[in-house]
Amino acid sequence: MKRVGVFLCWCGSNIAGTVDVGKVAEQARRLPGVVHVEENKYTCSEPGQAAIVKAIKDQRLDRVVVASCSPRLHEATFRRTVESAGLNPYFFEMANVREHCSWIHTDKETATPKAFDLVRMAVAKALRNEALTRGSITIEKRALVIGAGIAGIQAALDIADAGHEVILLEREPTIGGRMAQLDKTFPTLDCSQCILTPKMVDAAKHPNITLYTWSELEKVAGYIGNFTVTIRRKARGVDETLCTGCGVCQSKCPVKVPSEFDEGMGMRKAIYSPFPQAVPNRPVMDRANCTFFKTGKCKICERFCEAKAIRFDQEDSLIEVKVGAIVTATGFDLFKVEKYGEYGYGLYPDVINSLQFERLVNASGPTDGKIKKPSDHEIPKSVAFVLCVGSRDEQKGTTYCSRACCMYSIKHAIQFRDKVKDGRAYVFYMDIRTPGKSYEEFYKRAAVDYGVEFIRGRPSKIFSRNGKLVLKAEDTLLGRPIEVEVEMVVLAPAMLARNDAAKIAQTMSISYDGYGFLNEAHPKLRPVETNTAGIFLAGVCQGPKDIPDTVAQASAAASKVIGLLSHEQMATEPMIARVSEALCSGCLWCKPICPYQAIEAKTITEKIQGKVVSREVAAVNSGLCQGCGACTVACRDGAMNISGFTNDQLLAEVDELLGASRPACAAE
Amino acid sequence: MSGQSVRYSYYPGCSLHSTAREYNVSVRAVAQAAGVELVEVPDWNCCGATSAHATDPFLAFALPARVLLQAEESGLDILAPCAACYGRLMTAKEEAHRRPDLVARFEKAIGRKLGPAPRILNVLEFLAEPKVTETIAAGLKRPLTDLKVAPYYGCLLVRPSKVTHFDDAERPTSMDKILASVGATPVDFPGKTECCGASLGISRVDLVVELSGRIVQQAKHAGAEAIAVACPLCQTNLDGRQGTAAAKLGEAFGLPIYYITELVALALGVAPGRLGLGKHLTNSLALLRQKKLA
Repeated sequence: MKRVGVFLCWCGSNIAGTVDVGKVAEQARRLPGVVHVEENKYTCSEPGQAAIVKAIKDQRLDRVVVASCSPRLHEATFRRTVESAGLNPYFFEMANVREHCSWIHTDKETATPKAFDLVRMAVAKALRNEALTRGSITIEKRALVIGAGIAGIQAALDIADAGHEVILLEREPTIGGRMAQLDKTFPTLDCSQCILTPKMVDAAKHPNITLYTWSELEKVAGYIGNFTVTIRRKARGVDETLCTGCGVCQSKCPVKVPSEFDEGMGMRKAIYSPFPQAVPNRPVMDRANCTFFKTGKCKICERFCEAKAIRFDQEDSLIEVKVGAIVTATGFDLFKVEKYGEYGYGLYPDVINSLQFERLVNASGPTDGKIKKPSDHEIPKSVAFVLCVGSRDEQKGTTYCSRACCMYSIKHAIQFRDKVKDGRAYVFYMDIRTPGKSYEEFYKRAAVDYGVEFIRGRPSKIFSRNGKLVLKAEDTLLGRPIEVEVEMVVLAPAMLARNDAAKIAQTMSISYDGYGFLNEAHPKLRPVETNTAGIFLAGVCQGPKDIPDTVAQASAAASKVIGLLSHEQMATEPMIARVSEALCSGCLWCKPICPYQAIEAKTITEKIQGKVVSREVAAVNSGLCQGCGACTVACRDGAMNISGFTNDQLLAEVDELLGASRPACAAE
Repeated sequence: MSGQSVRYSYYPGCSLHSTAREYNVSVRAVAQAAGVELVEVPDWNCCGATSAHATDPFLAFALPARVLLQAEESGLDILAPCAACYGRLMTAKEEAHRRPDLVARFEKAIGRKLGPAPRILNVLEFLAEPKVTETIAAGLKRPLTDLKVAPYYGCLLVRPSKVTHFDDAERPTSMDKILASVGATPVDFPGKTECCGASLGISRVDLVVELSGRIVQQAKHAGAEAIAVACPLCQTNLDGRQGTAAAKLGEAFGLPIYYITELVALALGVAPGRLGLGKHLTNSLALLRQKKLA
């Protein structure tokens, strides 16, 4: 006969305020199998846990039910408590009478019977709980970091410094990402290149880091501790081992195309390194624009290359690496501001976006840091910065706030006022959001010390009049329509998920939200983990953020990886799918449904009526299975069960609930 | 199809039977040239603009819904040249999907079932129909060479975009293309989609003078010699108020305001005398004569 102990938590007034806990206790005492019932003001507290341990010993309990908060909060806590008293932790069962009951009801009349329902369901399941044991797997002590912007570089350096090998993957010709394009960084105005390039060099030179630039993620197979990753190394057109990075090829190349790195504000060649401090300092050949690939003639670069490193016949190659953990730091795209037809981007050359402004104001940019109008290369005497272009606009853009635009636009306005002493800077805003250390002070400095003019109102239109650009808006503080004439306009575009974010997520079997941002496992308590064990997130691929937050998140992701790689073996949760081979008909409907590719066919041999028969059944890879349960739903034979959530256990709960109208004694 | 007549249901609305008769004439002239037969909606009623939708949500739906119901029998696509009519019909069509309560009340009141609404075309869409485009391309008798025209869309043709699903609401180009197709030079100007003041022309003349005046001014400064419109109220305001506006701004405008169909009809060889251009308040013939188009 099983002996169940039920522990009812008040959670202060969180539960007791809405649920008559005493009444539930009284009823619970009459449940079959229950030999001990106890209330506690805070069951999770030390005395609360001690009471459980004591009761297990004194009452010889072999099943424990705690009715309190969500298992997400304290299931692990109570499992440890139960285990410390010598019981198998999976004999523990939790009833959520807070989030599922007291918090969502207002009167005791309804909440109390519902709490009792939840308790008796938990008791019914606990009676059928089985002892489960955790497994273990060997960990491949190497990490892959996808994306080598500041997030990826930071994560890679942290992991490598802890003594683990890192493969740093970047699809552009150089590492550095967005931050390499920036001039100064808020709120301290330190130079972006000066703080980033040393890190880029560190990453390239670190003995534990292998750098693959101009390379893309092709495939991810395997599971936590044991991923097999296929990487496509795109044909660079240059033998990296021979190339000395002298730059003669790009100076001789006759083709000029708009530079992606300069956001179209400057030109590059068809064989090029995006910027002088690029890492690695090896050019790539842009075949789409190369004269030789277009016409079959030219090869000027090859003629001038003393190192004989040019390779017109190079092809993509695939390499396979084994890693134990993955950090995804794939960054973001910018909202296409031309979607706001009324702002005239593309129509008026002096309407540009913020990243283009970064290139203009950057000392190593195409104008050597002189803010010049694209139309006539004159220095503008007035600039308007327009915030929220695509952010906080359900009509044309996205609903969310992109978080960094207020601050970088204030920075832009300060930089402009600094460089053009008699210039006027206007910032059109809806709200100025400065939630960061020294951010509000920075904003105040812009207004007070630099005389930046802040106008609360979203421009309805930007048009040209007498060679000037006119912004039409409502000044919502004055409550009247205004027109402001300027010589240049800078639109602050929303940060968007990468346009191929869904593909990246699918390649790695991780989830993403409606915008394409990759999902963290828990918005507060597991902010850098994904729902796929062993894969972590860093930077804007998870959601818009600025550099300080990106770096903090990257280091957090790195610490998770370091924690994982510090073990030789790791314990695996036992709550995963298992197949009853006797019941399995081998239809394998479960296979395509599994989001983790954890199910394979397996041939078994068995004796049926004296004959040896071979047949196919489903087999679950315990390393890959995440216990989501999709296969159990698909299984028409009832052969697939999640340990700890078996069909039998769940149906016992349902039976218990549906038997509510029957007399209590009918249960046994 | 060629040789056979293509038919459209035609909803002129009140304006094209009264203040904008010349618009009606030019639409019909273009249709005739294109071999298109226009079948007027039998027993049509007011679309409800502006009074109904400003005062009574049900009436605002019911009036255009009845027009759609009347047009249903013919089974043809509807051409609604007036931008306000077009806006009201499109809104009713969209509301019919979204508001079963309005549909039920309407059907109860009228005693008939409202079927699925046909395609509703404004004049720019009509002029972009393959059959019409072909005719224009093949039948150009008098290309409007050297005529610099600012296409003015106003508000209701392209907005709200959730209802109209037509062109780019902020930077439309459909009329620019039509102008180019008849040999004219479209002049891009910032006032393309600004409001002309619409029916405030009756209650707040000062506002309309200011709004319409600014549009004409912007077109003039952008180098336009004329403005093309596709809405009777836009025509009335830009045409009738530019004199007062010019005096106020201390400038001379004298920009003829043509319906786009008038320009297309001219290019197709319809005699200017047949188009009722004399009904415009700003002299519309002088420019044409100067360009040897009339």
